[in-house]
Amino acid sequence: MSDIQTWTLIFVVLTFSIYIFVAYRSRVSTTSGFYVAGGGIPAPANGAAIAADWMSAASFISMAGIIAFAGNGYGGSVYLMGWTGGYVLLALLLAPYLRKFGKYTIPDFVGDRYNETARMVAVVAAIVVSFVYVAGQMAGVGLVFTRFLKVDTTTGVVIGMAIVFFYAVLGGMKGITWTQVTQYSVLIIAYLIPAVAVSAKVTDVPIPQIGFGTILAELDALQTDLGISEYTAAFGSTNMLNMLLITAALMFGTAGLPHVIVRFYTAKSVRAARYSALWALFFIALLYTTAPSVAAFSKLQIIQDIEGTQLSQVPSWFNTWADVGLITQAPEAPGAVGAPISELPGDTVLSYSDVFVNNDIIVLASPEIGGLPAPIVGLVAAGALAAALSTASGLLLVISSSVANDVYYKKINPQATEARQLLVGRIAMAGAIVVAGYLGINPPGFVAQVVALAFGLAAASFFPILVLGIFWKNCTAMGATAGMLAGLLTTMAYMLWTIDIYGNGEGIFGILETGFGTIGMLINFAVTIIVSQFTPKPSPLMQELVEEIRYPGKTELVAQHAQGDV
Amino acid sequence: MDEHQRRDYWRRNLRLMAVLLTIWALVSFGAGILFVEPLNEIVIAGFPLGFWFAQQGSIITFVILIAVYVTRMDKLDAEFGIDEYEEEVHHS
Repeated sequence: MSDIQTWTLIFVVLTFSIYIFVAYRSRVSTTSGFYVAGGGIPAPANGAAIAADWMSAASFISMAGIIAFAGNGYGGSVYLMGWTGGYVLLALLLAPYLRKFGKYTIPDFVGDRYNETARMVAVVAAIVVSFVYVAGQMAGVGLVFTRFLKVDTTTGVVIGMAIVFFYAVLGGMKGITWTQVTQYSVLIIAYLIPAVAVSAKVTDVPIPQIGFGTILAELDALQTDLGISEYTAAFGSTNMLNMLLITAALMFGTAGLPHVIVRFYTAKSVRAARYSALWALFFIALLYTTAPSVAAFSKLQIIQDIEGTQLSQVPSWFNTWADVGLITQAPEAPGAVGAPISELPGDTVLSYSDVFVNNDIIVLASPEIGGLPAPIVGLVAAGALAAALSTASGLLLVISSSVANDVYYKKINPQATEARQLLVGRIAMAGAIVVAGYLGINPPGFVAQVVALAFGLAAASFFPILVLGIFWKNCTAMGATAGMLAGLLTTMAYMLWTIDIYGNGEGIFGILETGFGTIGMLINFAVTIIVSQFTPKPSPLMQELVEEIRYPGKTELVAQHAQGDV
Repeated sequence: MDEHQRRDYWRRNLRLMAVLLTIWALVSFGAGILFVEPLNEIVIAGFPLGFWFAQQGSIITFVILIAVYVTRMDKLDAEFGIDEYEEEVHHS
């Protein structure tokens, strides 16, 4: 066993034991504890939990690599702005009001504010979006186990499932939340230590956010020499219209994702919900401002290590990742798999453009590329697992609560006792974990694309009807249902229509499918507003209830509604 | 709060939101995308300014915007005598 494997094993066993201990301490016995942690989580802890919930395997493992290699450098800004800007919308437009409204889930709000048809549309959308996401997380868990501990993917996923099963089924939202707080700590330390070390080593500035400024000019010059557009050049890989549309789709999509919104129900009060959003974005910003510096430092180092180097003399990190097929020869066509490096003769002089570096290895390999010691490599592996497991558990809770609360309790058996509901919730959770694990071991080929598209779908379906439901008393049930369907269907139709097989890859006005969610959202807004003009207004009671959620503090009607008296 | 106070509270809340969301759009869609090319002419500490807004400045501004929002709303709540928040879970 190599040094790196030993240290990885130590960190993984250590962190997993901590998660199990924390989860055991916070086990629950009530439905409110299971779904929303009894609404009793302090704001900073809730913020850390939201941050861990939000930052998935994609944020931790892939994002820096996407910024560095998927475009010229500037092009990756859509993810940085999109996945943080959405929190401003959440904090100002949704979180305080949804918290005041109470209840457990998004479909709960949609169903109570509008009608039962809208509730069912929301349940289906929430479950689909969550399953798509969770499959990606389980695949990420398998990936880390395979590469660092050399066990096969199935064993890795099964170990991950067992851990999540233990703390999610036992502790519900309470167990998940406190485990996520721990997981956030692990993942942020694992992300920052190598970034700070590399920045200090390369630039003498130990703050990566400032340090990477000093290498940008060099990187720009290198890319120009290689015939790629400059690293910092605007619109080097994506045009202005698509930059705007994709950023907006990611922002509005963030503000419409069920597993994020539900976290604000776990806050103690309206005020705590506002502070939760602040803490969450602060914790997320720590990683998101570091990611572009990891991207820049890695790209510079990789170009310098590869360009003009003889194959027999490449640094060891190159061979490590070439052995597992994540560094290959440049593929013939975009999206194709390149031939293995090993086919090249040892005296080949490498050129950057002849080599393909997989996006996913940048963060995992950054300690090795930066020449950092083995314990740090092990820590990064544990951090990646924390990111994947924390997001997976949050998504599983959405699935479980949608099935047990929105379908079983609200539709099938409204007389169910609390113990009975809790049992159904736990069974649904266990079932969801098994399905998620299966999807993680046998990932459908389209997962990666669908995850990106899920944001467009969330923006086009949920965001408009949530905002209008809060800010516009006369928004009607038929308006919202029509708007939600119009936004969802046009966006799905465009995404299917632009798939290469139909030969419409160019799209309309060159709009990329990932950016179309913004258009779908505008269609949703327009349809909801127009249909609401011609359909029966909400009851005076509902209008008064919507009025009341605007004001924090105790109000009579909201309290009665929460008791189920209205 | 009576009817008049409620209207007042809500109007001030909306005004604060409008200001903050305008800044939100200006730093991201404005400085980070629409005006990125002219801003890139200015280079500070190695960063072309437009690029900096797209990868650092907008994120930092977002955190500040929410911080301003929560403190201003705290003040607004205090002014209208809202000091008792519903601490109890009120889920059915």
